[in-house]
Amino acid sequence: MSPRRTSAGGSIDRTRTIRFTFDGEAHTGHAGDTLASALLANGVSLVGRSFKYHRPRGVFSAGVDEPNALVTILREGVREPNIPATQIELHDGLRAESQNRFPSLAWDFGALNQLGGRLLGAGFYYKTFMGPVAGPLKGTRFWMMCEHVIRRAAGLGRADYEADPSRYEHMNAFCDVLVVGGGIAGLMAAEAAAKAGKRVILAEQEKQTGGFARWSGETIDAKPADAWAAEITARLSALDNVRLLTRTAVWGYYDGNTLAALERVNDHVARTPKGHPRQRHWTIRAGTVVLATGALERPIVFPGNDCPGVMLAGAVRRYAGEFGVLPGEKTVLFTNNDSAYQAAAAIRRAGGHVAAIVDVRKQIGDEATALATEAGVVPLTGHAIVGTKGGKALSGAVVQAFDADTGRLSGEARPIDCDSLAVSGGWQPVIHLASQAGGKPVWDAEKQAFLPPEPTQRWIGAGAFLGETGSVEALASGRNAGLKSADKRPSRAKLPETAPSALDLTPAPVLEIRGKGKAFVDFQHDVTADDVRLAHREGFVSVEHLKRYTTLGMATDQGKTSNVPGLAIMAAARGIEIPQAGTTRFRPPFSPVAIGALAAERYGDLKPERLTPLHDWHEEHGAEMTPAGLWHRPLAYAGAGETVEQAYIREASAVRRSVGLVDVSTLGKIAVKGPDAATFLDRVYTNTFSTLKVGKARYGLMLREDGLVFDDGTTWRLGETDFLMTTTTANAGPVMQHLEYCLDILWPDLKVHLTSVTDQWAGAAIAGPKARAVLERCVTGTAVDNDALPFMGIVHGEIDGAPVMICRLSFSGELAYEVYCGAGHGVHVWEALLEAGEPFGITPYGMEALGALRIEKGHVTGAEIDGRTTARDLYLDGMLSKKKSFIGSGLMDRPALIDRNRLRLVGVVSLDGQPLGGGAHLVESGNRDEPGDSIGHVTGYCYSPALEKYIGLALVKGGKTRHGTRAFLSDPLRKRFGQVEIVSHHFFDPDGERMHG
Amino acid sequence: MLIDCPHCGPRDLAEFSYQGDATRTRPDPASTDTQAWLDYVYNRPNPAGRHREYWQHTGGCRAHLVVERDTLTHEIHAVAPVRGNAKSGDAA
Amino acid sequence: MAEYSALSLLKNALSGNRDWKPAWRKPDPKPNYDVIIIGGGGHGLATAYYLAAMHGITNVAVLEKGWLGSGNIGRNTTIVRSNYLLPESIRFYEHSMKLWENLSHELNYNVMFSQRGVLNLAHSPGQADDYIRRGNAMRHDGVDAEWLTPQEISRRVPGLDVSGSARFPIAGGLLQPRAGTARHDAVAWGYARAADRRGVDMIENCEVTGFLRDGDRIIGVTTTRGDIRAKKVAMAVAGSTGQVLKRAGVDTFPIESHVLQAFVSEAIKPFVNCVVTFGAGHLYVSQSDKGGLVFGGSLDFYNSYAQRGNLPVAEDVMSEICAMFPSVARLRLLRSWGGIMDMSMDGSPIITKGPLPGLYLNCGWCYGGFKATPASGYSFAWTIAKDEPHAINAPFTLSRFERGAVINEAGQGPTPKLH
Repeated sequence: MSPRRTSAGGSIDRTRTIRFTFDGEAHTGHAGDTLASALLANGVSLVGRSFKYHRPRGVFSAGVDEPNALVTILREGVREPNIPATQIELHDGLRAESQNRFPSLAWDFGALNQLGGRLLGAGFYYKTFMGPVAGPLKGTRFWMMCEHVIRRAAGLGRADYEADPSRYEHMNAFCDVLVVGGGIAGLMAAEAAAKAGKRVILAEQEKQTGGFARWSGETIDAKPADAWAAEITARLSALDNVRLLTRTAVWGYYDGNTLAALERVNDHVARTPKGHPRQRHWTIRAGTVVLATGALERPIVFPGNDCPGVMLAGAVRRYAGEFGVLPGEKTVLFTNNDSAYQAAAAIRRAGGHVAAIVDVRKQIGDEATALATEAGVVPLTGHAIVGTKGGKALSGAVVQAFDADTGRLSGEARPIDCDSLAVSGGWQPVIHLASQAGGKPVWDAEKQAFLPPEPTQRWIGAGAFLGETGSVEALASGRNAGLKSADKRPSRAKLPETAPSALDLTPAPVLEIRGKGKAFVDFQHDVTADDVRLAHREGFVSVEHLKRYTTLGMATDQGKTSNVPGLAIMAAARGIEIPQAGTTRFRPPFSPVAIGALAAERYGDLKPERLTPLHDWHEEHGAEMTPAGLWHRPLAYAGAGETVEQAYIREASAVRRSVGLVDVSTLGKIAVKGPDAATFLDRVYTNTFSTLKVGKARYGLMLREDGLVFDDGTTWRLGETDFLMTTTTANAGPVMQHLEYCLDILWPDLKVHLTSVTDQWAGAAIAGPKARAVLERCVTGTAVDNDALPFMGIVHGEIDGAPVMICRLSFSGELAYEVYCGAGHGVHVWEALLEAGEPFGITPYGMEALGALRIEKGHVTGAEIDGRTTARDLYLDGMLSKKKSFIGSGLMDRPALIDRNRLRLVGVVSLDGQPLGGGAHLVESGNRDEPGDSIGHVTGYCYSPALEKYIGLALVKGGKTRHGTRAFLSDPLRKRFGQVEIVSHHFFDPDGERMHG
Repeated sequence: MLIDCPHCGPRDLAEFSYQGDATRTRPDPASTDTQAWLDYVYNRPNPAGRHREYWQHTGGCRAHLVVERDTLTHEIHAVAPVRGNAKSGDAA
Repeated sequence: MAEYSALSLLKNALSGNRDWKPAWRKPDPKPNYDVIIIGGGGHGLATAYYLAAMHGITNVAVLEKGWLGSGNIGRNTTIVRSNYLLPESIRFYEHSMKLWENLSHELNYNVMFSQRGVLNLAHSPGQADDYIRRGNAMRHDGVDAEWLTPQEISRRVPGLDVSGSARFPIAGGLLQPRAGTARHDAVAWGYARAADRRGVDMIENCEVTGFLRDGDRIIGVTTTRGDIRAKKVAMAVAGSTGQVLKRAGVDTFPIESHVLQAFVSEAIKPFVNCVVTFGAGHLYVSQSDKGGLVFGGSLDFYNSYAQRGNLPVAEDVMSEICAMFPSVARLRLLRSWGGIMDMSMDGSPIITKGPLPGLYLNCGWCYGGFKATPASGYSFAWTIAKDEPHAINAPFTLSRFERGAVINEAGQGPTPKLH
């Protein structure tokens, strides 16, 4: 048994020994310990180093508010930095490391920063490190050298670059009543709501419910309070309409009574069972929320208050009561209220020694006096602690007479021998969630605390959250909150019995004792009381300026122990009351949340993958796949020893020479049906569709309302009132949404129905002089000759028994057809087409060849329709109907949109025999090093098998007017420069003889 | 934020797609009044407080809804389908 | 007031830091000024500074309804860059970059501008071409830009998933080496202090409730601290633009206010040494000098003045950062917050005289206001002082919508949530 562990008492299991290491050193603890309680039991007082001064720090609290004892957990092969030791449940094999120290926790070079002392006050970095205005270190260079060093000294734990091996889960839950906090108020609320038939979720951030009752030593209904809490918890667990979530911190209160919670499912076991989540992210939509989140103790600020061994009094009481751990052999308590007396008695009951109780108040009540007597001391009232002794462990405190009304110290400062100092500055309700929900906390001058705001969403408060301090009140307000959440009136039925307390937990308004030496307000960020006063002196007096200038409250504990003392010191400096100094708006999360937990199932699986029905075939046939939005598409089918460029040239040549086949299933497809379908298309397209004959297709252009090009594609008239619209792959979703908007909002009178059918059809384009011959070999049920299937005609037939729809249209400029069949028949039809094409050497082709063919032909795609081009820029003026209005016609003729010098579509030919490059610019000057202003850029390029040179499409100022002129390709990012000729974008077969043939 | 879709019931905002101000009126399609088009396309009242706006239930029935929502608190006061109302834009 | 320097720091340390003076005075408003600037955020403060420093106009008041720097200058992800696509944007933001590079010296305040580089990851050949187009456009305007291969990227940014098997494999990246981050609050405080030293009045807790007019002309404002008159009234109120304009009788305007969330993780030792953006979604991340990863993503998508974010967007952002850095999944989110963005209809700002006589307007910053702070203040001060735009803000007019001369970086239409 370790020296600080009591022989009995608490809820740890002394029969079970647990082995763990801290900084490589082996220790033991017991089942039920936290890492903090186990370290304290082992007499480890130094557990961390502070952020700025690297001062030695020990465990300060027993819960979520811990500012000092942050450690890195090494688990499952990865590091998890900055975890409070107070929140780590001890388990076998736990490995923890201290942080922010080099080379070791005991001997840390960073501690040299303390010598900087007052040089390193609040905001010192704003005043220096600017460096010289001239010379090699001018500009930002000197600062960046300093920053390099500062960054290494700052930070806390070290993170891994290894991927987190954990799995995370997201759950959605719905309930009538969400109770946040499983203390006695929360338990009472949950039971009352559950009995009224409500669906209840009770979330408790610790490993079990009970809260304060677990270590208070009080009696409820003639039972030890922890046993009473266990019983009511068991009753709740047995109810079907109650879900108990332990190790679950509710951390966010969002709009619409939506709350976010984190359940630490497997952090308390040595190894996460295979397939299980490490943590679970809950989104809980609650009818009503009961906030029973309790209160956190705040410290008093005094010189030397950060010495390891100084702790919150409530934490000392908890360590003694729950873990059977005494924080020291001789404890001094320092307080401004009665709660430290309970801690003193608890220490005594656990067999510890209380050296003194130092109280800033002149007088104390009978009950407090009785507790002091039980603890074996006479309280030193009207006194204060003005200093501590010891470096890496506390060895004494210094006490002096103090007048709480004037704040004056008097008389001689006397040392008291002690190795533990427990401090209480009163209690602050945990109102974070209520603040997140909206609403401003209210300062209660009597209670010296911020109380919850008026609810702005549907929540009810209970227990210490309301600023109540006793168990009697918590039981009553908990039950009432539960009843109210079930729309019931408060009950007069008997409450569980517990002894009322006459203790006065209202603190004297003393939160700082001024004296010599550093007095810390924010422990983790090393913000001292003098820093707060410096901020005041320099005018950073509003609470947000204070926070930002000093970094008060910005550390991982989010100021849980420092907010109120910091405000109190600022208010005193300004000579105003605390509420006038301001309040902080709390923001999510209440306590830190693993980023992976919020990603949940999307960690490792960010977005769905869209695969065409032919995907497996492509992969099996050697296609290199390329991402296109969420889709994967074949880039080229490179054979052995073939580069992608060689492959696409071979594929494109095959199309020009004979025939090729490409998967076009990714094109957006929208079924547009209804009596007004044609009218509708006339309004959304710039050109006319109502005149289109059944069985024919037409190329269409869509603008946005601002007159710029939105999308293009062909739309097929399958019946009088039945159209199939195709869109570009990238815009399938946006076009659908646009059409729905138009129908629902602009023209609700039109009778049209839209259905996205992108995934229902597999599509293959067959292109080349032999394309018709291939179809003739495999299509049944319809003729495919020029009469039956003219350019832009549509027929229905079968290929090898599968129904198909064939439209003769061409992206490649060749005689070409798009063959559509049900997605399930995709591979079957594709293979039938290949088989039929075998005598012609039919060649499957990928995106690169498709691109090369369309560039030769001058067809535009997303690279040209980039949201900044007009129809005129793309020389598609002919598509703009003059006979009707359409989406975009109202604004498309604004002066800057019809300016002739806009970037407009041209072709470019490489004159140096070298490839062009997507994203390369064009310039007029031949000076490679000073190319001057850009006149445009290349949108797509390829090697043209038909022209046997490198060509590209480009958007160039003035467009056509530059045809026949020379310019230079300038691509400094890829270090390419060369001469080009600007030509028409219709490189190949400009009159379309081949595709009409 | 939960939006009570008249077709599907209350659903999380993640299922919806915001479609902006619902108080603008599109000029007559044949209108050549450029200022009217500019007002429709570019200008917004952008109120701090109650805002009538379109939301599409993209992850559900895909209908457009007119939602009256407070831009200061995100509280939703009314939800109505666009269709079925006599005149769109004046719905809800 | 004393200069800030290592020496002054030492001197004051020796005297117990008791002699530091307020960074700026807290005067009561005078009844008359030459120029009133509504909005004590970064842009308003910078404007005040440049009016005084460049144009000798010092009888200036900055009116701030809360505390100085309480708007987006104190809520952003601190990124400074000029890696834009369109020449108008490149020239404006590069002007800003040049001012940034000497800003700490100019203001005698360390704004901690760290030129650690901004790297935009591209995840497909098409996206790579888009980014190369942008980088080349920058180079043709004399701005630094480099293209990095996946191997170069993995050396520069350890922890990225550069495997070909990643869901969105990295095809390359556009690096602007001179870009980086700065300490956001320090920018506000530095401008405020420097303007104050030149005689500008910074008036906090002073909300503008209305405008004083002489016919059409704006001749002053009514405020919670009384009426204040001025020859010229300038506005730089970001997300509140529509609201303040309404008080001047302008009921509709090409701006919508939207919430953008930002996030910071717990502090860790140096982890990522430049700013990185994820091209297969919308995410940008850097590490603060304190050690927290500072990151953000898309807007919350709806009009809002609430400075409250929503959970689904937060989840999206977390998913994207873990896709980029799979080890970040185990780090913990410390804090999130929301800012109100003045989203313009083409994604670009408006810096102009008008829309009423006597009024000057600076707004429409969308996501991009922080990096623009120096050039915005510089060109707005110029516009106010000379009644005509500086070359860098000449394209950023209000009339560009009427003319069709929009400056559309994202290529999206007049849908603010898409910019």
